[in-house]
Amino acid sequence: MQAFTIHDGWVVPLDRSNVDTDLIIPKQFLKSIKRTGFGPNLFDELRYIEAFDEASPDAARRLDPTFSLNKSEFSNASILLARENFGCGSSREHAVWALVEYGIRCVVAPSFADIFKNNAYKSGLLPVELDEAVINALFDQLNEGQVLSLTVNLEAEQVVLPDGSSATFSVDPFRRQCLLEGLDDIGITLQRESAISAFEAKHRQARPWLFSEIKV
Amino acid sequence: MGRTLYDKLWDEHLVDERDDGSALIYIDRHLIHEVTSPQAFDGLRLADRRPRRLNANVAVPDHNVSTDPMERALEGYSGVAEVTSRVQLETLNSNCADFDIPLIDLSDKRQGIVHVMGPEQGATLPGMTIVCGDSHTSTHGAFGALAHGIGTSEVEHVLATQCLLTKKMKNFRISLDGAIRSGVTAKDLALAVIGKIGTAGATGYALEFAGSAVTSLSMEGRMTLCNMAIEAGARAGLIGVDSTTLAYVDGRPMAPSGVEWESAVAYWRTLHSDPDAEFDLELSIDASSIEPQVTWGTSPEMVTSVSGCVPMIADMQTDTSKKALRRALDYMGLEEGMSLTDVQVDMVFIGSCTNARIEDMRAAANVIQGHKKAPSVERALVVPGSGLVKAQAEAEGLDKIFIDAGMEWRAPGCSMCLAMNADKVEPGKRCASTSNRNFEGRQGAGGRTHLVSPAMAAAAAITGRFTDPSQLESL
Ligand code: SF4
Repeated sequence: MQAFTIHDGWVVPLDRSNVDTDLIIPKQFLKSIKRTGFGPNLFDELRYIEAFDEASPDAARRLDPTFSLNKSEFSNASILLARENFGCGSSREHAVWALVEYGIRCVVAPSFADIFKNNAYKSGLLPVELDEAVINALFDQLNEGQVLSLTVNLEAEQVVLPDGSSATFSVDPFRRQCLLEGLDDIGITLQRESAISAFEAKHRQARPWLFSEIKV
Repeated sequence: MGRTLYDKLWDEHLVDERDDGSALIYIDRHLIHEVTSPQAFDGLRLADRRPRRLNANVAVPDHNVSTDPMERALEGYSGVAEVTSRVQLETLNSNCADFDIPLIDLSDKRQGIVHVMGPEQGATLPGMTIVCGDSHTSTHGAFGALAHGIGTSEVEHVLATQCLLTKKMKNFRISLDGAIRSGVTAKDLALAVIGKIGTAGATGYALEFAGSAVTSLSMEGRMTLCNMAIEAGARAGLIGVDSTTLAYVDGRPMAPSGVEWESAVAYWRTLHSDPDAEFDLELSIDASSIEPQVTWGTSPEMVTSVSGCVPMIADMQTDTSKKALRRALDYMGLEEGMSLTDVQVDMVFIGSCTNARIEDMRAAANVIQGHKKAPSVERALVVPGSGLVKAQAEAEGLDKIFIDAGMEWRAPGCSMCLAMNADKVEPGKRCASTSNRNFEGRQGAGGRTHLVSPAMAAAAAITGRFTDPSQLESL
């Protein structure tokens, strides 16, 4: 997992509340055998003018120019600004995978659905809960046509706003540690690397036949 | 105090244990197939990780492959009609190529069901920890190995770390003693055990099988028994190492040889429970009283002997069990109280990781020889568990026996065990199957499955209904 320490990025607004996981990645894309490949279908129904057709999945579709992610001024954005209860609905981890693959590192909202939040941590996507007033102010500036960048500092649990002021947020200490060090379950196990290597060396010596080369 | 076989295997592989009981155990062998591995490989890719120890892994395609000999003659996976299946198979090949994972591919004579291929190749050895993204990994416990199924995120974890985060299970021993009567096989022992303790009877336990009826089994029979430990609720089945184990392993392609063989054998001989080992749970069963078994319902525990009857709803103790029985009978299209020998079958499936080894082929052919499939049986598939089983059976002329009887001799794969490929039981049809699960829809939507041994399946193919194989001659 990619570590999350400080992230500096452009903001793209998604001005609706209760964005559910079906809106983030519609169910017809879950048949995939992969954990990657969801990026092009992030917010599929909002993003494209023509609906996805399972019979001709590769058909060219036009981007809807009125959808914020499609606007040129937001094309490099890595921070998604959203309204309350972001990520509600099903437990699909695909929603997080789609956001990460698209290039989103951080979602800033007044509140998140529990499962989404949990899933997000596992892929190094940081959910940042800020005060509703701060969120409203950011939406207002964006609606006036400003382009904004934010600095999200996980160590300090602080967001530096465009005017130089800062807002605080908080993250569960264990999850924060995992994110700062880029650790998932595998990462946590790999922290015991010296114990694994020591065991492996001893095991190899005692049972050398378990380590012979496989020729297929 | 003495240790159980499971305790010994656990201690041998323990890397690290925490105060809360969570432990890191080292994995010696990781078997891979196409269904549960793609997201794990993708996870490695996303995190920019490589497998920790390439030689610990062996991959083989099995679940989705076509078993039609004509389709198998085509290049690569082009015989697989369904696109999602084909993509899954192709993905296994490309992932193995990308990550340098040893792969036995479809064109290879050794290809087969992962739990048949592993032991055949000596990829399964006594004393190993063995995992695979498949619950029937319990099969390999027949070798005195600690073997169980894992989920896709654990597949990724094992690839990346060669370890598994887990907790120790409890010890359960079932002793099966006494001489088994003719016509009774390891499959019948497994079904009888499940009938006795139920499908959750061994949940949370490592389940060791012991007793004279077990030690007298061949390795094939022991694998059948451990295969179905999972249907009794145990993630892992276990049988101690003895001379039968060693004789099977000796000379396998991936088994040690020379000096290494000698030192391995010296260690393997210690892999059995100590006489004074204590188990959390013990059960003794008189194996001589076990008759050929057949399931009548939609769970492996809904089982009786071939001379038995479907239970009566009024005999059920609770409302829930009454409802469960009613539902099962509706799905299965059976009447309460009816004799199993009166149940007519439409299809026969001889195959799966439970019963597709050479001994199973021989047992079925032995019953079939000199007979014809009953006209009422629409299809009878015989699917060897691997290319090597297929070749051996053909060398012995078993394929001819099946074909002459009007049965289909297929190419190796999981086939109708779970119907991920084109081999399915049609809605409402009744199948005598040597596989391991009879859940609703398991062999195809609406399909009705009766779990039986290869000899019972063969007898059903001949008579068109459930028949005790030992009584076939007198009919
Ligand atoms: S044969 Fe059946 S039970 Fe065995 S691995 Fe294949 S699908 Fe699973």
